[in-house]
Amino acid sequence: MDDFPYLTTLVMLPAVGAAAVTLVPGSREKAVKAVGLLFALAAAVVAVAVLIEFDTGRGSFQLVSEHSWIKAWGISWKLGVDGISLFLVLLSALLFPIAIAGPEVHRDPKGYVAWMLLLEAGCLGVFLALDLFLFFLFWEVVLVPMYFLIGGWGYERRVYAALKFFLYTMLGSALMLVAILALVFLHQSATDTLTFDLVALGRDQSLAENTARWLFLAFAASFAIKVPVFPLHTWLPDAHTEAPTGGSVILAGVLLKLGTYGFVRFGLYLFPEAVVDLAPLFLTLGVIGIIYGALVAIVQHDLKRLVAYSSVAHLGFIVLGIFGLSSQGLQGGVLQMVNHGISTGALFLLVGMIYERRHTREIAELGGIQKAAPVFAGVFMVVMLSSIGLPGLNGFVGEFLVLVGTFVTHRWWAVVATAGVILAAIYLLWAYQRVFHGQAEGANATFPEMTMREKVVMAPLVVLIVFLGVYPKPVLDRIGPSVSDLVRHVEERTDYRQPPVAAEPTHGSHDPALATEPAAGEHE
Amino acid sequence: MPPLETPSIAWSLISPQLILIGGALALLFVGTFLRGYRIGSAYSAFTVVTGLAAIVASAFIWKRVSGGHGEAQPAVADALVVDGFSVFFTIVICCAVVVGALLADDYLRRERLPGPEFYVLMLLSASGGVFMAAANDLIVVFLGLEILSIALYVLAGYHRRRGQSQEAAIKYFVLGAFSSAFFLYGVALTYGATGSTNLGSIASFLRDQTLTEGVLLGGIAFLIVGLGFKVAAVPFHMWTPDVYQGAPTPVTGFMAAAAKAAGFAALLRIFFSTFGTNRLDWEPIVWALAVLSLLVGSVLAVVQTDVKRMLAYSSIAHAGYVLVGLQAANDRGIAGALFYLLAYTFMILGSFGVATLVGRRGDERHHLDSYRGLARSRPVLAFTFTVFLLAQAGVPFTSGFLAKFYVIGAAVESQSYALAIIAMVAAVIAAFFYLRVIVVMYMAEEDGQAELPRVAVPTGAGIALFLSLGFTVVVGFLPQYVFDFARHATILHL
Repeated sequence: MDDFPYLTTLVMLPAVGAAAVTLVPGSREKAVKAVGLLFALAAAVVAVAVLIEFDTGRGSFQLVSEHSWIKAWGISWKLGVDGISLFLVLLSALLFPIAIAGPEVHRDPKGYVAWMLLLEAGCLGVFLALDLFLFFLFWEVVLVPMYFLIGGWGYERRVYAALKFFLYTMLGSALMLVAILALVFLHQSATDTLTFDLVALGRDQSLAENTARWLFLAFAASFAIKVPVFPLHTWLPDAHTEAPTGGSVILAGVLLKLGTYGFVRFGLYLFPEAVVDLAPLFLTLGVIGIIYGALVAIVQHDLKRLVAYSSVAHLGFIVLGIFGLSSQGLQGGVLQMVNHGISTGALFLLVGMIYERRHTREIAELGGIQKAAPVFAGVFMVVMLSSIGLPGLNGFVGEFLVLVGTFVTHRWWAVVATAGVILAAIYLLWAYQRVFHGQAEGANATFPEMTMREKVVMAPLVVLIVFLGVYPKPVLDRIGPSVSDLVRHVEERTDYRQPPVAAEPTHGSHDPALATEPAAGEHE
Repeated sequence: MPPLETPSIAWSLISPQLILIGGALALLFVGTFLRGYRIGSAYSAFTVVTGLAAIVASAFIWKRVSGGHGEAQPAVADALVVDGFSVFFTIVICCAVVVGALLADDYLRRERLPGPEFYVLMLLSASGGVFMAAANDLIVVFLGLEILSIALYVLAGYHRRRGQSQEAAIKYFVLGAFSSAFFLYGVALTYGATGSTNLGSIASFLRDQTLTEGVLLGGIAFLIVGLGFKVAAVPFHMWTPDVYQGAPTPVTGFMAAAAKAAGFAALLRIFFSTFGTNRLDWEPIVWALAVLSLLVGSVLAVVQTDVKRMLAYSSIAHAGYVLVGLQAANDRGIAGALFYLLAYTFMILGSFGVATLVGRRGDERHHLDSYRGLARSRPVLAFTFTVFLLAQAGVPFTSGFLAKFYVIGAAVESQSYALAIIAMVAAVIAAFFYLRVIVVMYMAEEDGQAELPRVAVPTGAGIALFLSLGFTVVVGFLPQYVFDFARHATILHL
């Protein structure tokens, strides 16, 4: 089984599933969902197999499958996984079955499931692609299913939100394509080989400092829109609020990660010097995002919009971890991508359940739900506390690593960002209080309790929230070596050196015994 | 009296032209005897077979003239040259004939416009385009241009009972004649400057000496005007929206594909190859034309509510992309332009094919509202149209994306970064109006409008759409062969 093309299978399965779903007659809604779920679960099984096959101690790309595709341009179908992408792949493989099976779909489930599966194929492709052309293909193709999901199954202003989402993101990628081509041709003129291979481009390139900066900014524009980084975030509240529940789950859980993942995989790897030079800019934008997102979230009347703005704040932390440029911070950033996917995905599911029952998301119209539905309230609380970053739950580990890692390299940004943790507690606890506490009136008094199906959907997320909070070691062990390699890659190509104290996981990758030490986390 | 000297003619090399013309004449001849009989789809089928035969003939010629060991061959003295480039365009134009004839079949019956003349004109027009692609002499380019255009003028007005169609024909004819005059004047000035109309002679003349006076510049400018009109590049695009909107829809599709391909064949050959030495003179002009076409085409398409008109503006923007390839003026740019035109042929014919069907009897329902709810009443047709629109927008895994990627890559390679960025931004603007049609088909609310009759999908049009869809998607996934085809279709000097 060594040569089994796990990754290609992983990308293809959902795409085949989408085709299979379109063949099922649309009138048989149960069968449509079952077929879709089957393929999504099959992809999840393959993802778990990838996790098992994954060699923990190594930082380089594993399970690489490469096939020449367009020879004239040096383009190949090259997929590979490392510690950074591994858990994002697993996260996607987990969230998509949930998004397909979890929320009610009110019309044309066939289209919904088919687009979801195509979206999954696209997202997995982005995380696994090691060829810049292939990466760009998947990056762009993701827009189409998401556009249809928002536009076809969303709420009142869905068409507007879908269009805004599509055009905004496409504008970013427009610049990125030109930058990719420029990078490739500059590489060609330096080395005489035309290739889109990420590793080759990152390894032997000699870009002039100024050129590298422009190219990085072109890439960054695309990633920053997707994340979204502060001034480019305006598409997000609309898209999140108008998207159907499943769409929001995927949008927040997976799609936003494409941007932060892009920064790590392509920004840091291809343009180390530019990243070091421009880090203060992105750190500042990240911190602004944290504070601004939190402040705007506090004043929202719409529960879903509140969660959407909380994403802006949380993604700010991830940006902070990435541009803090320390092994700890990056590790925390990658972990936080997974954490945010789990907890915000869960929050959107819960908000969707509230909407199903009450047909409103206005916080003012809700209240006292806890008495009518204690289990629902309990689950909501766990998820919310994870989002706040309560120690013992997953959110804490990631945020802590980010803050520690950034503190040793860029102290004052970390200091300001810490305020974001407090603000998160304010908007989430206050929202919880208004929605669940107090006297229940009218329809709120008869708020139905969680159904069995909803419990099944929420269970894996809650389990992961607790597990990753208590015992993040297996995850960190796998992220660590890749992150250390990446930071070393940056150090080799620039004058930048991270302080020894921040490089803790680096020692680990040399000495497996030390690598098993859980990073700082709970003890401090 | 000395015997009249006739040029040596390599008949086999011009067999595609002969097949097209022969087919047209045969159709005309047979058609006169069959008047009054019910002939069903026979004319259309005959045209398709003729087009396919020309493609097969081209395939044989391709083996002789392209690739590493092939070389350009003169066909009729030095007036025609057969190289990979001309064979490529022959195939593109013949593809347009095949798909166009399939689309026209039911349309002509639906609109009660019987008779073989439509197909005769289509074949003749295509032969003109093929002559243009192989022309090695400015005079022959002009001949091809006229054969192509005059047939198209008539086709544009073929719908006798629609005023718009007549208007389109007149407009196209008047402005077309005007542009032909420009082209001729350009030929005259070029002849004055270089002493020849033969492309090979002009090129070698320009290689040997540097011309400083303005006569040649004037010639170049007028040639650009004349050909810019044919390919509908801004600012010579004024006729396009009206003509595209007014002409019978299958004709619009054929015109958009074949006339543009033929125009670009001449433009690419004359400028990249013949005037290659004077690159610095024409590159800025082409740059400006490309930018204008991209931006004006995309921006004006946004405000259109008529789908045919919108597609007309989008085809102007497409011309801009091909010009990006020419402006790069490297091998990759030319190959990219060729690939773009081939991909575009199927995308645009497919799009106008859907418009033909949705236009319904009378060919008048082209407003955006006519597409309302198409996804419900005709899900497969709506999906097909969606693919064509997304391909035109440049979404990955379609031929349209690779086409844009190819020309923009060429622009980046020649370090025209500004042009590359403008082209990408234009693609984003364009995405807006393609998406608008998709929104209407998939997401529009019911508004209690009187239900239109369900769109019919006849067999011929179905095959045409299937072919176009297949090409667009399959090439989107496996472009290698078509890339190689475009790459080996190089322009060769005699």
